[in-house]
Amino acid sequence: MSTETDAISFADVGQTFLTDNGPLTALSGVNVNLRRHEFVAVLGPSGCGKSTLLRLTAGLIKPTEGTVSVFGHPVSQPRDDIGIVFQQATLLPWATVEDNVVFPAKHKRGRVSAKDRAHAREIIATCGLAGFEERLPGELSGGMQQRVGIARALFLNPDILLMDEPFSALDALTRDAMGFELLRLWQASPKTVLFITHSIPEAVILADRVVVMSERPGRVIEDLKVPLGRPRDESSLRSVEMQDFLAHLRGLLIKDKVA
Amino acid sequence: MTAQADIPAEKAPPAKPAPTERLPLAERLIRTPVLLPALTFILILLLWEFGTRLFNVPSYVLPAPSRIVEGFGVVSFGRWMEHVWSTLRVALLGYLVSIAVSLPIAVGLSKSRFLSRSLYPLLVVIQSVPVVAVAPIIIVVLGTDDAPRIVITFMISFFPLVVSMTTGLMATPPELIELSRSLRAPVRREITQIRLPYATPYIFSGLKISITLSVIGAVVAEFVAAEVGIGYFIQFSTSMFRLPQAWAGLAVLLVMSLALFQAVNLTQKYFFPWSLPKDGR
Ligand SMILES: Nc1ncnc2c1ncn2[C@@H]1O[C@H](COP(=O)(O)OP(=O)(O)OP(=O)(O)O)[C@@H](O)[C@H]1O
Ligand SMILES: [Mg+2]
Repeated sequence: MSTETDAISFADVGQTFLTDNGPLTALSGVNVNLRRHEFVAVLGPSGCGKSTLLRLTAGLIKPTEGTVSVFGHPVSQPRDDIGIVFQQATLLPWATVEDNVVFPAKHKRGRVSAKDRAHAREIIATCGLAGFEERLPGELSGGMQQRVGIARALFLNPDILLMDEPFSALDALTRDAMGFELLRLWQASPKTVLFITHSIPEAVILADRVVVMSERPGRVIEDLKVPLGRPRDESSLRSVEMQDFLAHLRGLLIKDKVA
Repeated sequence: MTAQADIPAEKAPPAKPAPTERLPLAERLIRTPVLLPALTFILILLLWEFGTRLFNVPSYVLPAPSRIVEGFGVVSFGRWMEHVWSTLRVALLGYLVSIAVSLPIAVGLSKSRFLSRSLYPLLVVIQSVPVVAVAPIIIVVLGTDDAPRIVITFMISFFPLVVSMTTGLMATPPELIELSRSLRAPVRREITQIRLPYATPYIFSGLKISITLSVIGAVVAEFVAAEVGIGYFIQFSTSMFRLPQAWAGLAVLLVMSLALFQAVNLTQKYFFPWSLPKDGR
């Protein structure tokens, strides 16, 4: 049930795209609610509509069925209180780290104030990028680039952070480190996070809840609370209980693939 | 916590290139800038000079380099400059018109499927017209001053620009366009702050092709109707069987083309260094 306090709510959401090969139903009958400051991970096979879920929340597309609401209001257009992090950092290669982070201000308002710059430098520091303000993205590693991507998404102080497989282009070690870094940022400044991923351990170590989706047309097949307290670290998944939980999720995704 | 694990790598100084002394001679020659092309060029000139003398090649077939140098002297420096300026002016004006026309067309083609469906075939048709054959008609219609020459130059040089600009404007990662939409920014800014800068590498590859084509365009126009210009000079000299002189004109043209091309190259290198491919220039 959706309540006033829900940050994001999907009510019977369906999405059908008209393609050259006829209609394609990406999502059907999706019901999910995210409470304020909740961290929810979405797991699902490729093409099941995870990114579509995110675009709907961002107001970039309108659902063909049902309603997507943010803070109780149906989403009709993009909102200022939502930040997006993409799979690839997709930074502007000609702009320095700082210019990339202030880009939302420059793009939205057409100019950048001294206050914007100060704010950007603050965020850059929180994201572990201090000293790199004047570097170009091409000079940074993938992990550092994605930090800039996150800093850019945080620039307008969003209440909601939408992340579409943000760490999947990184190597395993950097990926783990970035996950904990994200948790640190999230705990320092709580936000509602919708986190899409293909990695079961990543979903479990980060999220309060894991939503598992079926193959296309994407439906929610399970919506599970992660039985783990916080803070979490590398050893959090070692217990028998957590191993069982991971195995259960793996079973869901594989069963779905075979069926 | 390994939160900062990937930072130290960033601070490591870039690897220095190996000192040249240790490299074998051949490798050192290859790495020395200008040396090899210059040597090749000089060698070819020498072969050319002595070949034509040895085999008594008549100058209307292939004049020796020394005869070509003499050809320069037949015309005064002032007159040369008039020719150069005339061709350069038409080439550059035609080039600028090409850029000015291509840019809005490319923006239109990339933003609107209606335009790309309706306009693109027309552009291909225009591009396919043999400009040399239409040039006399254009001259008759537009008169004999710079206007028809600029139009001819434009017709020869605009198409690669349209194609490269359109490709570039469409090459923007879709995520950035979504970022722009999620910020509810005006489309104007999506083009100026995202699409156009992203298209820069593509635009420059078009600019490099078109600058050379612009010189060709200017020369074609002068072949058809002109009293001044390097193209006119070459045609005039040939009709008088003054072949070394014509070759001298050709050499001037070559230098002009190379200089313009290099100017575009350097503009990219100094003002848009990030748009160059990562491995060398
Ligand atoms: N704008 C669109 N037009 C037509 N079809 C689309 C559009 N956007 C997505 N689709 C289709 O909808 C389905 C779901 O796409 P979506 O990108 O949401 O999947 P996903 O779960 O994010 O996949 P992946 O894990 O590969 O990122 C896919 O089959 C995709 O081809
Ligand atoms: Mg996706």
